[in-house]
Amino acid sequence: MIDQREVIETNEMISKENLDVRTITMGISLLDCCDSDLDRLNENIYNKLINTAKDLVSVGENIEKMFGIPIVNKRISVTPIALVGGCACKTPDDFVTIAQTLDRAAKELRVNFIGGYSAIISKGMTKADKNLMLSIPKALSVTENVCSSVNIGSTKTGIDMDGVRLMGEIIKQAAEETRDRDSLGCAKLVVLCNAPDDNPFMAGAFHGVSEADAIINVGVSGPGVVKNAIEKVRGESFEILCETIKKTAFKVTRVGQLVAREAAKQLGVPFGIVDLSLAPTPAVGDSVAEILMEIGLDSVGGPGTTAALALLNDQVKKGGVMASSYVGGLSGAFIPVSEDQGMINAVEQGVLTIEKLEAMTCVCSVGLDMIAIPGDTSAATISGIIADEAAIGMINQKTTAVRIIPVAGKGVGEIVNFGGLLGYAPIMKVSDVSCEAFVSRGGRIPAPIHSFKN
Amino acid sequence: MKKAVVTVVGKDAVGIIAAICNYLAKNSINILDISQTIVDGYFNMMMIVDFSQCEKQLSFISDELRDVGETRGVIVHCQSEEIFEMMHRI
Repeated sequence: MIDQREVIETNEMISKENLDVRTITMGISLLDCCDSDLDRLNENIYNKLINTAKDLVSVGENIEKMFGIPIVNKRISVTPIALVGGCACKTPDDFVTIAQTLDRAAKELRVNFIGGYSAIISKGMTKADKNLMLSIPKALSVTENVCSSVNIGSTKTGIDMDGVRLMGEIIKQAAEETRDRDSLGCAKLVVLCNAPDDNPFMAGAFHGVSEADAIINVGVSGPGVVKNAIEKVRGESFEILCETIKKTAFKVTRVGQLVAREAAKQLGVPFGIVDLSLAPTPAVGDSVAEILMEIGLDSVGGPGTTAALALLNDQVKKGGVMASSYVGGLSGAFIPVSEDQGMINAVEQGVLTIEKLEAMTCVCSVGLDMIAIPGDTSAATISGIIADEAAIGMINQKTTAVRIIPVAGKGVGEIVNFGGLLGYAPIMKVSDVSCEAFVSRGGRIPAPIHSFKN
Repeated sequence: MKKAVVTVVGKDAVGIIAAICNYLAKNSINILDISQTIVDGYFNMMMIVDFSQCEKQLSFISDELRDVGETRGVIVHCQSEEIFEMMHRI
């Protein structure tokens, strides 16, 4: 039988160390909504979402009470809209109507984000993909709860550089369209390489075509729990440090597995995966940067940061994999700047740069995340940053992403506030060396060789 | 058997256990095990209960127990035993 010490440990993790389930995300296929008539398509999408997810939020709230664990977000991901809307949408504005339908359904269902306003252009763009991409700035400015993503490359296909170049411009436009809200639109837009089909985390969540009709994916969290556990082994060897992280990750992931199983049961929808990511929030004591500091760094950004992060990421996976029957999604430590108080502090102190963040993304998911840069950064430079990050993903067979915000009208050192879980961030310096000629070449970077690994 | 864990934390006072047990009895919830300590004047109690005879949903029981606790100035949680089993047992 459970003893009191174990009960107290679990409840302290929840009440003092911010242990929570970050998100229950219901993936819903919209492929059966396709219609060549735009109005009918919108109606089909709305009805399918409402019918499939009507109980999502209430079941989530019920589970919170059953287990006494907060479930911070209830979300929906849908089939990439470029595929669903291709038949009916002839212009970017046609696609915007679908974004509005998604937004309306999200509000009706009380979910905080709906992801999947996406295009998968790993090797090339269809006309529909291009129209959807062109519609993104407007779609993100006229909706509140819609998240957008574009996958511009993969290890198997290489990188679509035409898409990369276009996304640099789209990000700039999205920043401009939401100028009055500190370019918030860009915080809901991510460019991916090797995007997974079952990611429950926003803004990159979409319901891939390899998935079933509907599915429940869960993202756990718990940087505070890991930090607290390793505080107790300060000064001990790497062996003990790693064992401690693994055991903690196991416990955190078990909660995700339990919640995922229960949600699947109550909703009558199959359980998909648990995503093992350590996802920070701006709350004090819920920071991945603070874990790295507890491992032994004075601040993130200095020498040792990449190694400490690699260690952390690997141990979280090792501990988590055994705790869940199916693991998927992004599964790794997130290092968003604006959503992590420790990262924000390091940027303000001038010890964390974009270049170091890029190095860190080689060893953890998911990429350059929630980074505010000056509004006058050129589209070509943004494309260059995207290409660099995609190259890391392509060569290392991992997911990488760029969610970068060129804040319109603001410069280095100024603070932007996105509110809520998206947090706030000081604007970081970007190298002003031009890569205009590189991104203007056109075409694609070929798929990499899978032998002679060095 | 459907097991839940009831925990009570707060400043010690007369009648805390009585109030909780009264609620449990009224709702046909059987107490399987109780342990209790007082640390620095703070009351710390854990009960394992069986609610299979109770017609209410666990989330509802949890809400009502929280309200019972509030009238006594203590924090009461009622959680399915599964969360502890999952975390601490392989």
